[in-house]
Amino acid sequence: MIWQLITPLLILGIALYALLRGVDIFAALIAGARDGLNVLLRIVPALVPLLAAITMLRASGFLDAFAEFCRPAFQFLGIPPECAPLLIVRPFSGSGALAVGVELMRSHGADSLVGRTAAVMLGSTETTFYAVSVICGAAGVTKTRYVIPAALLADFAGYITASAAVRWLFT
Amino acid sequence: MAMSVLLVVIMVSAVLFAVFQGTTAEMSAGLLDGAKDAVSLAISMAGVICLWCGVVEVMRRCGLMEKLAKALRLPISALFFEARADSGLRGDIAASVSANLLGLGNAATPLSIRAAARLHDVSGRTGAASDSVCMLVILGSCSIQIIPATIAAARASQGAASPFDILPAVWIATVISCAAGVIAGLLFKRVWR
Repeated sequence: MIWQLITPLLILGIALYALLRGVDIFAALIAGARDGLNVLLRIVPALVPLLAAITMLRASGFLDAFAEFCRPAFQFLGIPPECAPLLIVRPFSGSGALAVGVELMRSHGADSLVGRTAAVMLGSTETTFYAVSVICGAAGVTKTRYVIPAALLADFAGYITASAAVRWLFT
Repeated sequence: MAMSVLLVVIMVSAVLFAVFQGTTAEMSAGLLDGAKDAVSLAISMAGVICLWCGVVEVMRRCGLMEKLAKALRLPISALFFEARADSGLRGDIAASVSANLLGLGNAATPLSIRAAARLHDVSGRTGAASDSVCMLVILGSCSIQIIPATIAAARASQGAASPFDILPAVWIATVISCAAGVIAGLLFKRVWR
C-alpha cells in the first residue's frame, strides 16, 4: 500500500517544496525531460546490438544451460541461477547489464522472482570497472591499489543481499 | 574494444550452441527480435526516464542538492580525514556524493572526478591512490542512488504491476553493498601498501 503511494507522494512533496521556494517547476521539468531524451539517445544505440546478441543467446538455449550449470553454486549463495549472466556483465558494461536485465524480465516476467532480483541487482550495483577507470583516469591516479577488489566485494555483497531481500519481501 | 570482444563471444556461443541443440531457427529469429525490441524498449522507457530527470532537475533548482550536501558533512568528515579542516574539499566530496544519491548521472561523474583529483592533489602522491582517494572511488563505484529510475522504467516497459515496488529491496541491497565496500576499504588499507 505505502509502496504504491511513494512515487506520487515523493514527486508531490518535491513539487510543493519547489513551488514554495519560487522555482518554475514546469520549466525545470521540461529541461530535465530534455536531458532524459539525451540519456536515452546515448543508451539506445548500444542497446540494439546488445539486446540482439542476448536474445540470440536466450533463443539458442545457451542461457538456460548456463543457468543449470551455475545452479549448485548459486543456490548455495541464495542467488537465482538465472541471474548468472547478469552478474558476469554487470561490472563491465552498464548498457550490457541493462540488456541482460530486460531480457530476464521479459523471459521470466517483470514481477517474477528472477525478474525482480535482476532489477534490484541492477539498481543496487554500479558498472565497477567503468566507474573506476573513468574517475581514476581523469583524476590522474595510475595505481588504484585495492579499489577494484573492494568495489567487487561490494558488488558481490549487493548481489547476495538483493536476492535475499527480494525473496524476503516478495514471497 | 572490450565490448566488441564480448559481442563476438556472445554471438559465437549462440550460433555454436544453436547448431548443436537444433535451435537455429529460434536463434536467427532472436537476432532480429532483439534489435526490434531494443527500440520499442527505449520508447516505452522514455516517458519514465524523462519524467524522473525532470523531477531531479526540480530538486537541483530548489536547492535540495545543497541541503543534502550539508547533511552529508558529518559522515564525510568521518571517512575522509583531509576533509575535516578543508571545507572546499569537503564541499567537493559532498557534491559528488549527493549527485550520486540523486541519480544525476550526467553531473555525478564530473563531480566525482573533481573530488578525486582534489583529494589526489592533497595527498601529494604522484601515481598511486591515497587511502582517501581509494575510499572515494569505492563509494563512486557503489550505486548509491535513492531512486533507480532507469530500472523502474525498464520494469514498467516489461509490464510490472507496480514498477517502484522494488525500492525497499534496492535500498537494503545498496546499503549492505556500500557498507561492504567501505569495510573492505578500511580493512585493505591496513594491509595493502
